[in-house]
Amino acid sequence: MKKLLVYIKEYTKECMLGPSFKLLEACFDLIVPLVMAAIIDNGIAIGDKRYIFKYGGILVLLAIIGLICSITAQYFAAKAATGFAANLRVALFKHIEALSFTEMDEIGTSTMITRMTSDINQLQSGVNMALRLFLRSPFIVFGAAIMAFTIDLKSALVFVVVIPLLAAVIFGIMLISMPLYKKVQSALDNVLSMTRQNLTGVRVIRAFNKEQAELQSFSDSNEKLTNMQLFVGKISALTNPVTYVMINIALVILLWVGGIQVNIGSLTQGEVVALVNYMSQILVELIKLANTIVLSTKAVACGGRVQSILEIESSMRNGDYKDKEKERISGTEVIFKHVGMAYKGAGANSISDIDFIAKAGSVTGVIGGTGSGKSTLVNLIPRFYDVSEGSVFIDGRDVKSYELYSLRNKIGIVLQKAVLFRGTIRENILWGNPEASDQDVIEALKAAQAWEIVISKDKGLDYVIEQGGRNLSGGQKQRFTIARALVRKPSVLILDDSASALDFATDAKLRKSLQELSYKPTIFIVSQRTSSIQHADNILVLDDGELVGQGTHEELVKNCEVYREIYQSQMEG
Amino acid sequence: MKKQKNNDTVKTVFKYIKSYRISIALSLLFAVMTVVLTLYLPILTGDAVDFMIEKGHVDFKSLAALIGKMVIIICITGIAQWIMNICNNKITYNVVRDIRQDAFKKLEILPLKYLDAHAPGDIVSRIIADADQFADGLLMGFTQAFTGVLTIAGTLLFMLSINIWITIVVVIVTPLSFFVAGFISKRTYKMFQLQSAARGEQTSLVDEMVGNQKVVQAYSHEDEALEKFSEINNRLKKYSLNATFYSSITNPATRFVNNLVYAGVGVTGALFAINGYLTVGGLSCFLSYANQYTKPFNEISGVITELQNALACAARVFEFINEEPQIPDASDAKSLENVRGEVEFDNVHFSYVPDKKLITDFNLHVKQGQRVAIVGPTGCGKTTVINLIMRFYDVGSGSIKIDGIDIRQITRKSLRNNIGMVLQETWIKDGTIFDNIVIGKPDATMEEAITAAKASHAHSFIKRLPNGYDTVVKEDGSNLSQGQKQLLCIARVMLLRPPVLILDEATSSIDTRTEIKIQNAFAKLMDGRTSFIVAHRLSTIQNADIILVMKDGNIIEQGNHQNLLKQGGFYANLYNSQFT
Repeated sequence: MKKLLVYIKEYTKECMLGPSFKLLEACFDLIVPLVMAAIIDNGIAIGDKRYIFKYGGILVLLAIIGLICSITAQYFAAKAATGFAANLRVALFKHIEALSFTEMDEIGTSTMITRMTSDINQLQSGVNMALRLFLRSPFIVFGAAIMAFTIDLKSALVFVVVIPLLAAVIFGIMLISMPLYKKVQSALDNVLSMTRQNLTGVRVIRAFNKEQAELQSFSDSNEKLTNMQLFVGKISALTNPVTYVMINIALVILLWVGGIQVNIGSLTQGEVVALVNYMSQILVELIKLANTIVLSTKAVACGGRVQSILEIESSMRNGDYKDKEKERISGTEVIFKHVGMAYKGAGANSISDIDFIAKAGSVTGVIGGTGSGKSTLVNLIPRFYDVSEGSVFIDGRDVKSYELYSLRNKIGIVLQKAVLFRGTIRENILWGNPEASDQDVIEALKAAQAWEIVISKDKGLDYVIEQGGRNLSGGQKQRFTIARALVRKPSVLILDDSASALDFATDAKLRKSLQELSYKPTIFIVSQRTSSIQHADNILVLDDGELVGQGTHEELVKNCEVYREIYQSQMEG
Repeated sequence: MKKQKNNDTVKTVFKYIKSYRISIALSLLFAVMTVVLTLYLPILTGDAVDFMIEKGHVDFKSLAALIGKMVIIICITGIAQWIMNICNNKITYNVVRDIRQDAFKKLEILPLKYLDAHAPGDIVSRIIADADQFADGLLMGFTQAFTGVLTIAGTLLFMLSINIWITIVVVIVTPLSFFVAGFISKRTYKMFQLQSAARGEQTSLVDEMVGNQKVVQAYSHEDEALEKFSEINNRLKKYSLNATFYSSITNPATRFVNNLVYAGVGVTGALFAINGYLTVGGLSCFLSYANQYTKPFNEISGVITELQNALACAARVFEFINEEPQIPDASDAKSLENVRGEVEFDNVHFSYVPDKKLITDFNLHVKQGQRVAIVGPTGCGKTTVINLIMRFYDVGSGSIKIDGIDIRQITRKSLRNNIGMVLQETWIKDGTIFDNIVIGKPDATMEEAITAAKASHAHSFIKRLPNGYDTVVKEDGSNLSQGQKQLLCIARVMLLRPPVLILDEATSSIDTRTEIKIQNAFAKLMDGRTSFIVAHRLSTIQNADIILVMKDGNIIEQGNHQNLLKQGGFYANLYNSQFT
């Protein structure tokens, strides 16, 4: 949490001024009962109307000054809080963008999004609240007690006893109920996730006739939640009555002590009224303080979570070799030398001892079963992950020596999951190369067999793709992502099982057009279908992370048992 | 129109609250008690002050009696308040529970047509968040409004009983705070709207960019993304500052009005006191009323927006609860027994959207034990056929018969009991692996589950999991790969061995070698059973007795593998393309 203070530094002035004005306002609040006491003791006792009006005027004046002070304070607090949140958001976004795939896998997307949004929002209101109330409430509580002392020592002792007692009760109830509320929250989460499951799994649930069973288990959870809510409710329902009773009993004691003091002449009637007033001010502020504390513990927790993300450092060190602009455009050689790679936290290597050469302009097929390490292998080429053993060379250079931007700029990779962004088709394709002309875009689309989709849309390249590509089918999305990779005319083109949703005819056409690309990239095709890769110059067969064979289709059918099995399994059915 | 809707909502609310009438009556009773006693106390305090006039003139005897009375009243007030709170909690939480329960019950009987057309997130938020908000807002708001109004009325009465003129001063000044708060909240509403719009925009950008960061990095798009982000962020900062600042003026402003009332009461009270129309104790009592009196006004203005919000939430939940359920089973619906597995489609017409025809005049007769494969491009209606057999959707016209009985004449339960289904989209229930396998047969033994898992080749990965069959898996199944999840889903059906089988791309995420092994297990399972298989891997379906080739909702070709190849049509094209 502390490290986040950097982001509020810019607003140091506001952070000082806000609470200062708040304190000023509090001071005026504390004077009010004294003025009233003066009106009672002097104005009424003597019957001096002018005195009453004068002091009434002072009350109005105090109200106006108080208003100005508190509005100023609110402004500075709001400015500091919103500015802080804005700074933090940019810092966090930048930080997340720079994380490597390893860290991203570890943190998880939804966590990062929650940190970016709701956590920072909570933090913002926490900071705002803290700047406004954290100083004010204790100040009023102690100030009122001190003022009571200035009026009368003996009566003030009532305050000394009642303030700690009240504080103990309010915070005690809070301490007891807060962990219980956490339990309520988790019971609620349970009910929520059950509802969600019943929606996502509705077909399975109905197919297996599980409706009644699900309803029963929902009822149980629902009942459990309600009981827990009622239980916690009973405890927190105590707060108000208990504080009410305590403060008023204190008031009664105050009246008794006050009576004694008036009787011996060390207290006036007006001063008794002032003391009563202070007592009620204290009650109001203590309750506010309790609320502030709840809010700020939440905010601190959020802050801690945000900070923990900021503390994660990218495990990948950037190289410094930059390719000269468009130095070469045709395919480049890719070499794997005894490459092994284990994901962070995994017990065993996902791939090990991979050794091969992909010649410039050649087509390499990668095939293997589920979880055999195909994607892992190709992810090492653009250095999404670092190798654990051995090295990967592009153009004769270790990928680690490249500057990441320069490295990835040479490579067009199409990931397994076809992702498109909100925006027009053109904008999406331009991701691959912001400088591409419409002509280039169309060419890429044609090569990716996606042009027919574009012409079927009435707005052509300006057709707007919705977030996540919701308005496109799986096969359409895949073809667009391929076009996006092609538009940059990459030296290395990687298709990671990215034609799985295409029917055989389109798949075949796509492969044909890739081979006819004028700039002859070095191509990697990852697939589970032998038909997609059997014409490759070199085929890598992976089984459980090991390279169990490489060569052409004919060679592998002859020599590699795993490949033969895969091939036959797809031929015979 | 809108008013009508609001009325309906309110009526429904009352329907839910009705079961808790006793609690409501108690709550109201104790609320009245609390308010009256709370207001009575300042009068007593004032009296007490009046007993201590000056040095040597303190009436201790009366003071002692008064203080005794006060202590009793204070204690009663505290207890009344507590009981009121507990009653309110009871009403609130029980009503939400009832609403959630009804909503969930509805969820189980809604037609898939509705569920497919609505985002799960939206429905979940209706059942959970809206129900909660409704409870918090409406019921809490209601009690707050009730005590608020009561307090105002009570205060006025008490004040009038002491002094009319000061009361008038208070009455004239207080609505100011009401007015000020209303004025500010109207202004800030717009700023909050701007803020939440900017927030929404930013969240959706973050969602997109962070959610797909691998692509962002692969295309070195970080700078562009940051630029866009910063632009929105700056706007958000501005709107957020405005919204936060203007809304935070409300408190100081109403406090200011409060202080004015206080000053007004102080001055007029003092003037009356000089003339002897008011005692000092009376003044002190007025001062504390002045402090209390404005508070409910501020609360009520908040409560009104809260109530509106709560009503809106309630309307959303009730809308869901009042949704038309699926057509119930016919009263004379039969229960299927000893199913042979003959499936007939007679002149079936169907479409999801009325004006967009999908399946037209579809006829098919599947004999007992036949294997039917359905192929065709994406979106051609393959899955629709399955939706119809399972009766997830009802046919538009025509009929589907099993063993010669229209499926609409069969109870859904017995229909689905006799059909085993594995879908491409795997769904894992929160629970152990074992729970997931026995979902269709809860009384199955561990041995049976293991046998089923072995048949579906899931056993080898399950036994490698940390707790084997007792490993807890989650719906999003992050600890299982897509292929593993599919294996689990297959195990469920292997356990049941139903007379009719439906496999919708059931092995799409499983590598072909394992697939072959599962195919063999299926082949054994399907022996003598009628089965429907949807697949885009042609290898999976070559052995089918009937291959249906679908395009745009129509069956364009029908026959076995050899026949279709000979025909040289769409299927032959599709098949040959994998060898080019």
